[in-house]
Amino acid sequence: MNQDIVISALSAAVIAGTPILYAALGEIICEKSGNLNLGVEGMMLIGAVCGFKAATATNNPWIGFLAAMLAAGLFSLIHAFLTITLKSSQVVSGLALTIFGTGLSSFIGKSMIGIPAPVKFEKIAIPFLSKIPFIGPVFFDQDLLVYVSYLMVIAVWIYLYKTNMGLKLKAVGENPAAADAVGISVSKIQYIHVFIGGVLAGAGGAYLSLAYAPAWLENMTAGRGWIAVSLVIFALWNPSRALIGSYIFGGLDILGYRAQTLGFTISPFFMKMLPYLFTVGVLIFISAKKGNRNIAAPEGLGLSYSREER
Amino acid sequence: MTKLLKIEKRNVSSPYALAGIRIGSIFLALTIGAIFLIFSGHSPIETYGTMVDGAFGSTYGINETIVKTIPLLLATLAVSVAFRMKLWNIGAEGQIYAGGIVASGIALNFGHLPAYILIPMMLIGGFLGGAIWAMVPAIARAFWGTNETITTLMMNYVGILSVDYLVFGPWKDPDGFNFPITKEFSPAAFLPSFGNTRVHMGIVIALIVAFILYVVLNKTVWGYELRVAGENSTAAKYAGMNVVKNIILSLLVSGGIAGIAGMTEVSGIIHRLQSNFSPGYGYSAIIIAWLARLNPIAAIFVSFLFGGLIVGGYAVQTSGLPASIALMLQGLILFCVLGGEFFTQYRVSLDQRFFAKKEAKINEPRYCD
Repeated sequence: MNQDIVISALSAAVIAGTPILYAALGEIICEKSGNLNLGVEGMMLIGAVCGFKAATATNNPWIGFLAAMLAAGLFSLIHAFLTITLKSSQVVSGLALTIFGTGLSSFIGKSMIGIPAPVKFEKIAIPFLSKIPFIGPVFFDQDLLVYVSYLMVIAVWIYLYKTNMGLKLKAVGENPAAADAVGISVSKIQYIHVFIGGVLAGAGGAYLSLAYAPAWLENMTAGRGWIAVSLVIFALWNPSRALIGSYIFGGLDILGYRAQTLGFTISPFFMKMLPYLFTVGVLIFISAKKGNRNIAAPEGLGLSYSREER
Repeated sequence: MTKLLKIEKRNVSSPYALAGIRIGSIFLALTIGAIFLIFSGHSPIETYGTMVDGAFGSTYGINETIVKTIPLLLATLAVSVAFRMKLWNIGAEGQIYAGGIVASGIALNFGHLPAYILIPMMLIGGFLGGAIWAMVPAIARAFWGTNETITTLMMNYVGILSVDYLVFGPWKDPDGFNFPITKEFSPAAFLPSFGNTRVHMGIVIALIVAFILYVVLNKTVWGYELRVAGENSTAAKYAGMNVVKNIILSLLVSGGIAGIAGMTEVSGIIHRLQSNFSPGYGYSAIIIAWLARLNPIAAIFVSFLFGGLIVGGYAVQTSGLPASIALMLQGLILFCVLGGEFFTQYRVSLDQRFFAKKEAKINEPRYCD
């Protein structure tokens, strides 16, 4: 195997991993507040279609990116309202968000199928860093949104582990009753972080429609939202582990498309199954390794908190 | 802090009140859907009219609605079995594909057998295919508590890709003009239809499964165990029930029933295996199961309505709307029903104290300071 082929494959793995990374970071923040939002797939699709629409209308990819984040963030508030205010089942509400998001995004995007994006995020090599052998072309010769995702990992890490707000967030996720008792507004914290989760899922969706494959296709996330949800478990709710996990999934994702050039003779359909089978395998592995999961998962994840029933 | 609204715990148990809240929720969903339609420049009355007319307005429409009801009902019954135990089998879609694959494999290889042997073989094959698809998530959940929501869902993509592999690869019809389809089954592998319609025996199979499940879930010890284990798995363990066995068994039965839906689709409607033959029945099933409160008899009626929703979705395509409007409405219905659930558990009223705030403050005894 030629070194250039390997470098180009790894560089493609970073690109393929980026939408998953954005969504996974969002889901980490959301789940840290004790709210399980399984609607990532739907929120990404809303982000992808709204981002594409806004970018096409304004000829500015950044406006598209921001519109995607706002749209998906607002969309996630449906889940927030249902699960926090009305105390509905988080699992079912998240599923509803995905089903509705799938339908709504194809409703919005009907007229845009097959139109290539007039604008997209182009690759920009970072001076000096991109000259580092191997690492340079893989990590620092990418589009701007990839660099933003690096910064986002750092920002989420600092937010969770070094700020007062991060501390409150974890208190709410671990023990809402105790957090409530010391005067933290549980529902406010949860609303904010479900929203942030939606915003980042929207960013992941916009990455798909504005950088990865600059176009709108129905259902273009193809399960990446669900992979992001399982990646959170894989990453044990830690943003830096999410970064590594995303690129592993990204690598498996592109294997399906590049199998031949990389010298694999297996059917491309089997190669495309890899990220999904890998997800199943990883989940089983993590849960079989007892204890690990229980330490990392927020104690109150998936349960609605009701003040009256304290 | 006193708020405007007073929320108190209650529990509505009257079936009329429950049905009322549900119907009200569906109306709310349709109203929100209407607002979307107005914003996108379509008349909601006309659109809904076209949908109802397309689905129920003619014999052809009703037949098509029944045709869609078959896989929806089977998939709904499938997920209901798992949901009873609070197991989130979101993988009915993949299990439908797996059932379709095994049934097609039997039809393609044993096409020379007479129908009365071939059809039962395909039925059992379909069941086994779906059950196999649920096996890994079931075992992982039973022994290690692996999150079955995600594992069953991931298997959906694997199922869809497996069909793609077969119909683009080894099972591809050489005379199929390069379409991703297998060759047509021999007529012995066709589920018989009623008269000249597309409505096939699958509806009878689905109704029988619904009836059996109703009896099993409500009148047998196993059904009782499922319910108890779903309500409280710790209590079930103390009562000496084998929770591990029940988790595996209910997920396998769940997958198997979804697999039958795959079998009835390939055998009753398309008469061959084809890429993407299920347009998301497995996902709609989740909503229907929730609406029907996991009751197999209620599932029959809700599936019929949702069948109509899908057929109606196709009917509005002529006016430039995407068929995905049906999916959108399904999502909206689920949202509103979920929200409506709140009112079965809590009573919301205006809090008089909010208005009497000042007065109350003065008279409030002060213990703290």
